[in-house]
Amino acid sequence: MPARTRSHSWFIRTIRFYRDGLRSMTLGRSLWLVIAIKLVIIFGILKFFFFPDFLGTRFNTEQERADFVLEQLTQPPSSSHSGGAQDD
Amino acid sequence: MIEHLDLTMVNWARAQFALTALYHWIFVPLTLGITWIIAYYHSIYYKTGNEEWKRLTRFWMRLFAVNFAIGVATGIILEFEFGTNWSNYSWMVGDIFGAPLAIEGLFAFFIEATFFAVMFFGWDRVSRRFHLFSTWMVAVGTNLSAVWILVANAWMQHPVGQQFNPDKARFEMTNFKEVVFSPVSVSKFTHTTSSSMVLAAMFIISISSWYLLKGRHQVMARRSIVVASVFAFLASVFVIFTGDQSAYAVAQKQPMKLAACEGLCRGEEGAELIAFGIFNGDKKIGDDNKPCVFKVGIPKVLSFLANRSFKSFVPGVKDMVFGNPAQGVMGAGEKIAMGKKALAALADYKAKSRAGDDVGAEAALAIFEANQKYLGYGYLEKPEDAAPPIALSFYSFHFMVILGTLFPLVALAFLVFAWRDTLADHKWLLRLGTIMFFLSMIAHWLGWIVAEVGRQPWAIQDLLPVTVARSNLTAGTVQTTFFLFLALFTILLIAEVGIMLKQIAIGPEEG
Repeated sequence: MPARTRSHSWFIRTIRFYRDGLRSMTLGRSLWLVIAIKLVIIFGILKFFFFPDFLGTRFNTEQERADFVLEQLTQPPSSSHSGGAQDD
Repeated sequence: MIEHLDLTMVNWARAQFALTALYHWIFVPLTLGITWIIAYYHSIYYKTGNEEWKRLTRFWMRLFAVNFAIGVATGIILEFEFGTNWSNYSWMVGDIFGAPLAIEGLFAFFIEATFFAVMFFGWDRVSRRFHLFSTWMVAVGTNLSAVWILVANAWMQHPVGQQFNPDKARFEMTNFKEVVFSPVSVSKFTHTTSSSMVLAAMFIISISSWYLLKGRHQVMARRSIVVASVFAFLASVFVIFTGDQSAYAVAQKQPMKLAACEGLCRGEEGAELIAFGIFNGDKKIGDDNKPCVFKVGIPKVLSFLANRSFKSFVPGVKDMVFGNPAQGVMGAGEKIAMGKKALAALADYKAKSRAGDDVGAEAALAIFEANQKYLGYGYLEKPEDAAPPIALSFYSFHFMVILGTLFPLVALAFLVFAWRDTLADHKWLLRLGTIMFFLSMIAHWLGWIVAEVGRQPWAIQDLLPVTVARSNLTAGTVQTTFFLFLALFTILLIAEVGIMLKQIAIGPEEG
């Protein structure tokens, strides 16, 4: 059997292995549904609406981010238990 | 930029991280540990060809799948929190954590995409040998992928193999080997993985005990217990050894944490180990009140555990806060002075670099480098701020140790009675067995509380306190996501428990 046909056959067998395995799932279907819902919530809602990359969204370059963090390090906010909003 | 640090924000961000991490850690240790036991069950089936072992293996694989499906990706939320709530920290450690976390991601993906599929779908579809190999590879792969996140955590406790770059405000990795093989890193990995094996074995013992109490699936339950109790016993004895290694590393690298965990307020030679005690709530650092209102101590053992010498001096919280020159212990006050010098020099370096004053910048950098070892202390207001919450560290540590001592005894009892085939006659042990999983989970959580609360106020030991590691956000923003997570995690947990209980009620497939 030529090498190309052999590798083609191996590829087809792998695809079939996964296809048949996925088709024969019973509990697995429910679990995949749970995983899918969870990923949608995590990436589609949480990440998108609630967890922006703080530095990534406010600065355009690495140097700007570095300067901002360095400023935070060298001029740390004064301590207070206020709990109010930040002066941005 | 004059700002007011919102300590409430820091505390909400910490609470949110703790909530997420503790929730994530429900699934991780079970995944890490149970894969080894499943691989062993599978090996018995491979060797004997006995269909009962196949049913047993498939049953525990099914519960593993439920746990894995609910737990997968919950760790990603921690990474979101880094970027949003802890952006200063996230920026500063990007170079150190980037490589280990990328390796973990890639490794986990390839393991999951290949061997997981073969393990679950491979029955009668691939050769028996390759199928067994895949099951073992799942165990090896999941545990190896845990290496990297533990290396990252260990680096925060003992930041070695790095150099601070003042131009980029980043810790840059200078020695990968030093980061991966630091004593804290090695002991953290061995202690975490071995205790995960205990937890997984207790999970099997709990469910099997319930089956035996209900008179269901008795052959499977007894066989499951025989193997699980061997794993639980050997692993829990190993946990005691790795726990000792871990405590030794803490004594050498984070002595304040050890002192807090042991309630050792005033250092002493030939220090005793408190086996059990009630911490004095009125105790303040440096006062003359006794740290414990009641205690059962073992003389000189703490000195041996900390320094491998029964007579050695173990510094207490007071020594490290106020200093003890006679014992060569530098106080936090002196470190604060050095930290402030480092911070002033860093600001000076930045200003002179911007002004093009290369000579001045170089001089400032030299001062910074001479004092940067205690950079984080520069943010502390008073020496007492360098101490972690002592009572919480003390109780978490002691209850963890008490539970850790219980596990080998219970495992041994199960092993002996299972070997004699008299488990059904010892209903008290089976009842105790049903709660062992929950006790193991509590021990794990306590272990993480010891690791993380015990190292406060630091995000990175001695270099960055949590109050500076955080983002410039309002408390309200973090509060919202805290309660959102609480709701989400509760729903997911109910889903998991529901699916898991249903699968346990169904039991193994009938042969």
